[in-house]
Amino acid sequence: MLAVLGPSGSGKSSLLRAVAGLEPVHGGTVRWDGADLTGVPTHRRGFALMFQDGQLFDHLTVARNVGYPLRLRRHDRSAVRREVDDLLDLVGLGGFADRLPRTLSGGERQRVALARSLAAKPRLLLLDEPLSALDAGLRVRLAADLRRILRESGTTALLVTHDQEEAFAVADRLAVMRDGRVVQEGTTEEVWARPADAATALFLGYARVLEGAAARAVLAAAGRPPAEAVAVRRSALAAREAGRPGRTDRTGQPGEAGAAGLAGTVRSVRATPDEVRLVVDVDGVGEADAVGAPGWLPAVGDRVALRVDPARLAVL
Amino acid sequence: MTGGGSAGTGRLLGLLGLAAVPTAVLGLFFLLPVAGMLERGLWPEGSFEPGAVLEVLGTDRTRRVVWFTVWTSSVATAASVLLGLPAAYVLHRLRFPLRGAVRAALLVPFVLPTVVVGIAVRELVADSGPLGFLGLDGTPVAILIGLVFFNVAVVIRTVGAAWEGLDRRPAEAAAALGAAPWQVLVTVTLPALRPAIVSAASVVFLFCATGFGVVLTLGGVRYASVETEIYLLTTGAITGSVELGAAAALSIVQLVAVVALLGVAARLRAVPDPTVRRSVAAPTRPRRRDLPALFVTGGVLAAVALPIATLVVGSLRRDGAWTLVHYRALTGVGADAGGNGGGLLRAPVTEALGNSLRIAVDATWMSLLLGLLVAVVVTSRSRSAAERRVRSAFDGLFMLPLGVSAVTLGFGFLITLDEPPLDLRSSPLLVPVAQALVALPLVVRVLVPVLQGIDDRQRQAAASLGAGPLRSLLTVDVPVLWRPLLVAAGFAFAVSLGEFGATSFIVRADVPTLPVVIYRLIGSPGQLNYGTALAASVVLAAVTALVVLLVERLRVPGAGTF
Repeated sequence: MLAVLGPSGSGKSSLLRAVAGLEPVHGGTVRWDGADLTGVPTHRRGFALMFQDGQLFDHLTVARNVGYPLRLRRHDRSAVRREVDDLLDLVGLGGFADRLPRTLSGGERQRVALARSLAAKPRLLLLDEPLSALDAGLRVRLAADLRRILRESGTTALLVTHDQEEAFAVADRLAVMRDGRVVQEGTTEEVWARPADAATALFLGYARVLEGAAARAVLAAAGRPPAEAVAVRRSALAAREAGRPGRTDRTGQPGEAGAAGLAGTVRSVRATPDEVRLVVDVDGVGEADAVGAPGWLPAVGDRVALRVDPARLAVL
Repeated sequence: MTGGGSAGTGRLLGLLGLAAVPTAVLGLFFLLPVAGMLERGLWPEGSFEPGAVLEVLGTDRTRRVVWFTVWTSSVATAASVLLGLPAAYVLHRLRFPLRGAVRAALLVPFVLPTVVVGIAVRELVADSGPLGFLGLDGTPVAILIGLVFFNVAVVIRTVGAAWEGLDRRPAEAAAALGAAPWQVLVTVTLPALRPAIVSAASVVFLFCATGFGVVLTLGGVRYASVETEIYLLTTGAITGSVELGAAAALSIVQLVAVVALLGVAARLRAVPDPTVRRSVAAPTRPRRRDLPALFVTGGVLAAVALPIATLVVGSLRRDGAWTLVHYRALTGVGADAGGNGGGLLRAPVTEALGNSLRIAVDATWMSLLLGLLVAVVVTSRSRSAAERRVRSAFDGLFMLPLGVSAVTLGFGFLITLDEPPLDLRSSPLLVPVAQALVALPLVVRVLVPVLQGIDDRQRQAAASLGAGPLRSLLTVDVPVLWRPLLVAAGFAFAVSLGEFGATSFIVRADVPTLPVVIYRLIGSPGQLNYGTALAASVVLAAVTALVVLLVERLRVPGAGTF
């Protein structure tokens, strides 16, 4: 299961549509098992495409939507019904057979669309941002379901999305696309741990990319070998009050840069339920993001001590 | 109600004030004449006697007329839809050179005066015409050709506009699930187009069933529809004596049928969600599988061009030679029975053209004014269910002239507005008012979707930025509305120019309009008269076509759809 991840306008939807045969390919070929599919019309490719908003047929019931690809192949009626019931059970919508798509919620519609795509028994299932139209909580649940269902049905899938959470939740492999080209490809863990370049790192959710002396300072504080550029996540720097030893403080030298610590001046503060988000002017590094434990509210201009979490850095 | 009591009352009063003018005009010049016609039929001697109506309905001729109306309308509707669907696809989904020109050309028949359509088809199927060898002259098939010629544009425009706005993705989803192109068409595209197709078909059926000029010029006394029968009865053309009671009885039948049909059509008409921004799918280049549709479109184009070409050629030929004599005769008053320039008409044909243009200008501003008021009332945001119901009833009321036959209207004018205090028969405004009412539904249908399409939040945004009501009208509504207003004006003008049904009843003999003169000329013996009628038809067709082509240049999406 491969996810193509890219910002909007990076050409990932065009890629998907070209694979599906909905858009002409201007250069290169689309191959499957060595056979060139470039001139084959969409309906003979055997690639089912699931749209961002499902594209259920509003004039058909849920059961008739799911049975649509089966009826195209003239399966007999009872076989269609059995298979539709199985698919609806698989996506967790047993009993929804006679509902009309308009009466369903967004998540239910996407499940029906998935069942319909699976009914086509595609050689390859193409998913166009299948979860991005849903709200955050539902997206997490449905992503897990999607992964389970695709695994259970043994379907090869190609997912395009701009949302790294969606990609990480569903896919085994990841290709990052920018300006119409694939800039990095690998397993989700590899791509996550070693982004190919600064832009990729930022797109993958890293907060900042530090270069030169700043990168060396941060890496030194993390106890890692020096490099010319490093991507840091927002939570890579943990802040605490300067001059008061924290539980994890090992140097006993608050306020000074040591092997495991940095110091800086608070530039801005914002409290969220889980943490305190700071922007700190770090000595020898420059401006950087940091988080503090909830309940502690430093003022702008305060000195803070910072600890670097090596697991939340990616050397570029 | 979210607003306070006084604000609600104010809104309601404002609404009623806006609605008052169009309602009064409609009441006086539409409902009153139609009611007068009902009275004439049901209360023939001052007492209620529905028996007379039933008696008329029981005669063989009436039954024949009704049956003829139903079957010709059904066949013509089916043919229009079958020919119009492929053409709608080609003209609204494919990209090819001269697409705009072809689209405009196919709109022309719809606004061509029905009398002209009748004459053109007659020229086509006459023994001497290009299709003379088929022997269709004087058969119902000729009438069918005329009806389809006139109405196929309605299907193309209405279905085409829906097709253009159709989301491509459901069809793509079906293709990705393994549906072949024809399966996509049957299972996805046609169901999505069904509201537009049903709407177009019901309007076409309505136009066919109440079609007047085409059936009268091609069918005469022999093949009469309900509409022309009413006319023939009132003019005494069938038995030689005027039979107003029978005509009124038929009008009642027609009115009931048409109102029922309009009700069905309104129920079936797709009401697009005005908050959804209409997107127009980018047209694609034709592919091999589009060949059949392209072929049908070419055929439709040829079928539309052929009668017009025949008409033009006929107007330019006399005794087997090319000549302009028929056009020169336009300045004359027609030939008498002896074939000399003795004076069939009271005024030269050119003067009739002048009358037509003057009347059309009057009818245009009247229908624009009324149409704009109706559209504003119908589309303002309703604050309660009752208010919404009032508005939709109001909307339906002003669609009535679409279906109530023009002949019934003209006939009603004739019998109700002839005595003080409403002796308007000699008023020069009577004809424009009648024509404005005939054009009104078209004007309303152009303006309503546009006003509905203006998101109310834009006005709210303007207000929140400090614009007063007038300012927000000028900055939000007017920029969007002026082009559709011009389009509506063009349609109203064209409809007025060609209006024949109502006008033939109420026009004053000394101020005839061009369609009326044309009908006089073809009904009179003499080759010169017929040739002059052809020449006058060409002139009338050219003027209306010019107006429509100008309108088409404005490219208002969905103009001329139902």
